[in-house]
Amino acid sequence: MNWDDIANAMFGGVPVYGQILALVQNSVWAGAILGLVGGLIGVFVLQRDMAFAVHGISELSFAGAAAALLIGADVVTGSIVGSMVAAALIGWLGSRARDRNSIIGVLMPFGLGLGILFLALYNGRSANRFSLLTGQIVSVQSDQLTWLIAISAVVLVALLLIWRPLRFDSLDPQSAAARGVPTGLISLAFMLLLGLAVAVAVHIIGALLVLALLVTPAAAAARIAHGPVAVPLLAALFGVVSAVGGILLAVAGTLPVSPYITTISFVIYLVCRVVGDRRGRVERTDAAHRTQPVASVRA
Amino acid sequence: MTRHASPPLEIRGAALRRGGRELWSGLDLTVEPGELIAVLGPSGSGKTTLLRAILGLEDLSEGTVEVDGKRVARAGNRGIGYLPQTRPLPRDTALRGRDLVALGVNGHRFGPPIPRRRDRERVDELIAAIGATDFADRPVGILSGGEQQRLRVGQALADDPRLLLCDEPLTSLDLANQQAVVGLIDRHRRSGAAVLLVTHDINPLLGKVDRILYIANGRFTLGAPKDVLTSEVLTDLYGAPVFVLEAGDRLVVVGAPDAEASHHHHEDHA
Repeated sequence: MNWDDIANAMFGGVPVYGQILALVQNSVWAGAILGLVGGLIGVFVLQRDMAFAVHGISELSFAGAAAALLIGADVVTGSIVGSMVAAALIGWLGSRARDRNSIIGVLMPFGLGLGILFLALYNGRSANRFSLLTGQIVSVQSDQLTWLIAISAVVLVALLLIWRPLRFDSLDPQSAAARGVPTGLISLAFMLLLGLAVAVAVHIIGALLVLALLVTPAAAAARIAHGPVAVPLLAALFGVVSAVGGILLAVAGTLPVSPYITTISFVIYLVCRVVGDRRGRVERTDAAHRTQPVASVRA
Repeated sequence: MTRHASPPLEIRGAALRRGGRELWSGLDLTVEPGELIAVLGPSGSGKTTLLRAILGLEDLSEGTVEVDGKRVARAGNRGIGYLPQTRPLPRDTALRGRDLVALGVNGHRFGPPIPRRRDRERVDELIAAIGATDFADRPVGILSGGEQQRLRVGQALADDPRLLLCDEPLTSLDLANQQAVVGLIDRHRRSGAAVLLVTHDINPLLGKVDRILYIANGRFTLGAPKDVLTSEVLTDLYGAPVFVLEAGDRLVVVGAPDAEASHHHHEDHA
């Protein structure tokens, strides 16, 4: 491969960009709403320390989608079924963090193995095969896209309705239970919403790369903000910028969408980390100056 | 607070068995408004479970609990302030001090998280009341253990509860912060609330505490500090020689066996 080929792969579509954009319009919408939902749900994924669970669910979601492909069923339905099974298993067997991680570690390779088996047995269009693992939103059919957008919207609304009790339960489960928050139900609801979001993400970015939209934007936001409004808003913004930006850049050429999305989301994280570290040093120094005199007076 | 005829907390005939082992039984306890009761005893003696049973989060094996004259029927009770035993929050927690307090004000509420002015005013009131104005807008992760605990007191007082339950609220705090937290709890009790406080060290509370519930060895003793914290009473309770020594204005308990060791003596003394 020479530089001309690379340039062609990246920018070959620029002269006809307007026409391409019209074709992938729905993909951009799907990316936008998933970026939004992924950023928001990621805030809770981090608070509940469930990044590994996201990865585990995505592998079973992939297995479900591959099974659907094999038997000729709807792929989106397959990925949702896989997600729900994984979310229910993790929620049921792994209420404590340590149990949860070992269960995910057990489920993940099994799911991935099943998926690979189903793909190997499948005789259809080979382009479909790896798109489930590495994602190719622009090849998703338009009726499926509508479904992905609708599911994301449902997750978004449900998340907003349980927002505060979910937050309380994630940050301070003992106090939340003491104040009458139905913590068991909240956890279950969250697992189901997470499962749905993962199933959508599998089609947009691929099972292997789901974390780039469901964890990275929230992790970046938490580096530079602390407020209950600022963190989710920034996370959602980072998610949308990564997903939409990735799709818009990718369709200018012939390269897959996913590496663009993962790179944008990673660069955002890096920038936030540098900014946050710099600011953190200042705050810690402030804090040290502030507490010293008080301590010495009282001692 | 005079409109309440019934005591903030009334426990009758309570027993707790876990894993075939009886932790205590026959517990009757009525806590009056303005009363501060400390619960002492070795770890594993069911002190935390007692608090959780009052909150409706665990079931007693026998007996009844009434909070404000109402039988505990469902999990959780916003009429009770609760300070759970906690570790300091991780450094990178995406939460400011005031958000920790706000969880007590609106954290239980379902529906779209639209900020309300009334909530914000209540949070500001609570922050002022606990003297946290200086650090309320900082990330909680960089605050000291004492500052975090004061914010948790603010969270627990969100609904001005008639009953406050505290589980080891002074652990790993320095002396100044212990005094600050005790001061906040004491002030709330003076406003007419009852306080039940689990602790392993009575010293920061001496002079404030009205009665002590000492649980050990499957039994308990309830009474004024000077009547409970004596070598005779604790020796009888543990069924082993225990000495209460005075060191200046502090008390030191020497020789109290831990929960597991004392268990073997259970049948002889129960």
